[in-house]
Amino acid sequence: MSFDPARLRAEFPILARTVHGQSLHYLDNGATAQMPRAVLERIVRHESESRANVLRGVHALAEAATEAFEAARATLARYIGAGNADEVVFTNGTTSAINLVAHGFGNNLAAGDEVVVSALEHHSNIVPWQMLRDRRGVVLKVLPVTAEGRIDMTALERVIGPRCRLVAITHCSNVTGAITDVGRIAAAARAVGAALLLDGAQVVPHGPVDVAALGADFYAFSGHKMYGPNGIGVLWGRRERLAAMAPLLGGGEMIRSVSFAETTYADAPHRFEAGTPPIAQAVGMAAAAEWILAQDREGWAAHERRLTGRILDGLALRDGVRVIGPLGLQGRAPVVSFAVAGAHPHDICEVLDQSHGVALRGGHHCAQPLMELLGVSGTTRASLGPYNDDGDVDALLRGLDHALQLLRR
Amino acid sequence: MTEIYHAALMALAKSAHGHGRLAVRDATATLDNPLCGDRVTIDVAIAGGRVDRVTQEVKGCALCQASASAIGAAAPGQEIEGLRVVAAALRAFLQTRAPLPEAAWSALAAFAPVAERKSRHDCVLLPFDALLRAIDAALARAAGA
Repeated sequence: MSFDPARLRAEFPILARTVHGQSLHYLDNGATAQMPRAVLERIVRHESESRANVLRGVHALAEAATEAFEAARATLARYIGAGNADEVVFTNGTTSAINLVAHGFGNNLAAGDEVVVSALEHHSNIVPWQMLRDRRGVVLKVLPVTAEGRIDMTALERVIGPRCRLVAITHCSNVTGAITDVGRIAAAARAVGAALLLDGAQVVPHGPVDVAALGADFYAFSGHKMYGPNGIGVLWGRRERLAAMAPLLGGGEMIRSVSFAETTYADAPHRFEAGTPPIAQAVGMAAAAEWILAQDREGWAAHERRLTGRILDGLALRDGVRVIGPLGLQGRAPVVSFAVAGAHPHDICEVLDQSHGVALRGGHHCAQPLMELLGVSGTTRASLGPYNDDGDVDALLRGLDHALQLLRR
Repeated sequence: MTEIYHAALMALAKSAHGHGRLAVRDATATLDNPLCGDRVTIDVAIAGGRVDRVTQEVKGCALCQASASAIGAAAPGQEIEGLRVVAAALRAFLQTRAPLPEAAWSALAAFAPVAERKSRHDCVLLPFDALLRAIDAALARAAGA
């Protein structure tokens, strides 16, 4: 099997459409990736043939829906190397997965206990811990970043101290594209007996991970960034960690028994899945994982790396353009942010969208503390998927020249 | 083609009328656009039911800069109630193409192409929201004095 970006691109119906009379050049995959026909058809098939509520019904459709839902859980467990499907909790996405930990794990913490994040984090891995701090008196500490936009490993021993109970960091920055050297951080957390949570939202779209090998206790990611539907995500947690956590939401599906005197909870994962879960979304997310696994991932990675290199080289040639993140290709995802002197990210995005059909993301990327640290109000970000091609990169660079000419006059 | 960034709008943004801070002011308002992180700070000094002086500082896009610049150029000397009408008219102009107010604010016509870009309306309106916030703070201060 060889990697053929043109063939792969043809699997995504949306990429055939035009925007503002131009071909679509979709470079906002870090926010939401598109869905291939295999995933779209799987969702339609499920809703057409097996739509019913899960876990409680005994009729044929309920049986089929439950089977599909639990099969999806097993598929996603395999995708991340989880030992047991019961360690995979379906959530609404990465944000709700992290909030679940902040509630269930966080409520076992005492005043003065420490949670460590990094300055690279998305707001979804900052705000839940601030809310925990306000609720429980937990101390929130921050690992600094290097000028290259990576977590500063020289600060590990200083920041991760004996009162640290959890290190919650991104596996890959959604701004700088820097992939975290998890091994060193896992070792630092382990040395003080702290748990490790990884925000994997920007990593799993590029291929499977091995949560056990990473040394993580929790791993959070979303369906919509990995070529699946939105409204679905996963919190993976080690069985003993999940068993020690109280549920965030109460209701149907998550109980063992209910009386007015007392309610007892189901075991994980159902303990954390109150109410009717997003069933078709779970099925679609698993279909996306299967689709990724069926690709030539080495060819895919090499293709994305080559295009990332073209973008970095192109940006380096343009005056007043500063890449926010690693300048090389080592240890980085195909996510490239840049700041432009004399031009605002939203204006750049507007020109590229309207005049060149290029979909980018501009702004603070839900990482305002990082923006402040970098001394910029926002950045423009191009994030690649395997269906992107040289035409997309050409349109990006051509459109950027046009935007600079228009906005700097 | 991108029509939003036409010459008149870019000239308005670049001219940055009223840029800076008032050394002596009655009130300040700083507003952020949570979607993009843009920030506008407006200082006002009021007298006799009018805005006597206004300054603006913007950390934001060309649309936000142009809007703040329009305020810096036209708001000084204007009646407070008239400014409320202008702000409401600008919102209606963007949302429904309703006519713009009097000649003093003719520069706002530069935002006509923004009407079709709903996601950018707040970029234009943020400085006016900050202006009204500053005016209300100045009035409250005067009432309490």
